[in-house]
Amino acid sequence: MKVQEIATVISCERLADGIYSTVLRAPEIVKTALPGQFVCVYCDDKAHLLPRPISICDIDAAAGLLRLVYRVVGFGTDELAGKGEGATVRLLGPIGTGYEKVTEGSERPVRILFGGGIGIPPMLLLAKEWSKAGYEVHAVLGYRTNDLFLVKDFEGYATCHIATDDGTVGTHGTVLDALAAEGLLDAAGEGRTLFAACGPMPMLRGIAKLATEREIPAYISLEERMACGVGACLGCIVKSRDVDGHSHVHNKRICTEGPVFAVSELCI
Amino acid sequence: MNTSVNFAGVTLKNPVLTASGTFGSGMEYSEFVNLNRLGGVVTKGVAVTPWEGNPTPRVAETTGGMLNAIGLQNPGLDVFMSRDLPFLRKFDTKIVVNVCGHYEEEYVEAVARLADSCADLLEINISCPNVKEGGIAFGTNAAKIEEITRAVKRVARQPVIMKLSPNVTDITEMALAAQNGGADAVSLINTITGMKIDINRRTFALANKTGGLSGPAIKPVAVRMVYQVAQKVSIPILGMGGIACAEDAIEFLMAGATAVSVGTANFNNPRVTEEIVAGIETFMKNHAVDDINSLIGCVK
Repeated sequence: MKVQEIATVISCERLADGIYSTVLRAPEIVKTALPGQFVCVYCDDKAHLLPRPISICDIDAAAGLLRLVYRVVGFGTDELAGKGEGATVRLLGPIGTGYEKVTEGSERPVRILFGGGIGIPPMLLLAKEWSKAGYEVHAVLGYRTNDLFLVKDFEGYATCHIATDDGTVGTHGTVLDALAAEGLLDAAGEGRTLFAACGPMPMLRGIAKLATEREIPAYISLEERMACGVGACLGCIVKSRDVDGHSHVHNKRICTEGPVFAVSELCI
Repeated sequence: MNTSVNFAGVTLKNPVLTASGTFGSGMEYSEFVNLNRLGGVVTKGVAVTPWEGNPTPRVAETTGGMLNAIGLQNPGLDVFMSRDLPFLRKFDTKIVVNVCGHYEEEYVEAVARLADSCADLLEINISCPNVKEGGIAFGTNAAKIEEITRAVKRVARQPVIMKLSPNVTDITEMALAAQNGGADAVSLINTITGMKIDINRRTFALANKTGGLSGPAIKPVAVRMVYQVAQKVSIPILGMGGIACAEDAIEFLMAGATAVSVGTANFNNPRVTEEIVAGIETFMKNHAVDDINSLIGCVK
């Protein structure tokens, strides 16, 4: 159930170059938030109208706290990163269909989570949830350089495997290079494994291809420019294999049917 | 206090409607807005058959506004009439169905099929800047506007509103053409064609290259055009373009609009339409206005 809420900033810190973490008190949104969902962040500045969709990195249900980890890429995220303790932020959320759409259970006990760059944050809450559910969770995290973030947060919930574009930490290359280099898939057995991923499209396409070839169920979180965030404007669509339920064409709405999709649903 | 207006023979409980394309068929926004509070819901453009729309990115923010090039994605009339219209009819609000088409024949067919539906009014979209056929290709040619209005009117059972494009030299010519063709009302303005370049990627912000500019940035243009058209035609005007609060809506009424549509502002605040209805009532109370009709066109 989506609600509009004026959230209060509890803390804001810089995690890496251009990467910020903001913790907000947003009890109404947190009440129903699930891994893979996102919130819309509205700007205070009235000349910037559209909400910024930002994935939910973590929640503290008991305390009503919501954590957003994001890259500063423009006006909206810059405004958010400039807000310290006590400042308020207008939010709408939780939005979208998250990893609750995963139908597989204990027959797929090994969960390999891929996060690339600013696709890493939404994997944290998922790692916590699947670790609590008793799955063997691996987090394969891809960064540009050794300016890492969130790795410590994953520890305790997932076995972390790092890849960097420049080779300064972990495997030199992509998250798929790290998967291969560490022999993760062979150790787990492809018949027991499930993939979840968030990151840039080339990475997601690579994971989708591997998953399809090896017949591994895979779920990916997508990002797109959005206007309404509630499924009305049809701005954020992705090409789907089947006819969609809304417009009866082949366009699923990332804000409503997504942002999490089974790879098998999509033409990407 | 009277907030109701007579729009082309249809009584609206208040002059606040939604703008086509920004509100779906009301279903998504009914989580936030009591649709019974609105004068009417103008649905997203619907055609005879489903349309896929344009590639993404389809939207981009600009200062004080946004560009869109959705490309009129819609489920077609069959789904619309069996799903969306029955949903909307449950509410005590007027239903304005926005109709789009590639060719004159498609507009006529859609309007004919809606003749026995529960739609209260029809808005004919001859001004979408984001599709190659239909849309703006009709909306920038006065002779074509008159012809298509006449063709649609021949089969329509509901009052017909022709939605006009601002991307013309003289919008009053287009409004007069619609009136001559027998239109019951005009709505204006549709979006203004614009472009944004992503300088980091060295490419267009929208996959369609150009898109329609909407939001507060275009409001002064819209108010000016509503005023100009109001001086020339005798049919009512549904005014729109950047309305984000009650004060904006009242500006349009004073310029000569009988009712207004709220569009892009829904994206910034899903509850904005209801807040505008309440804000107009507060304005009337504070300024001792007994009848909203006394505001319409009061600035000459």
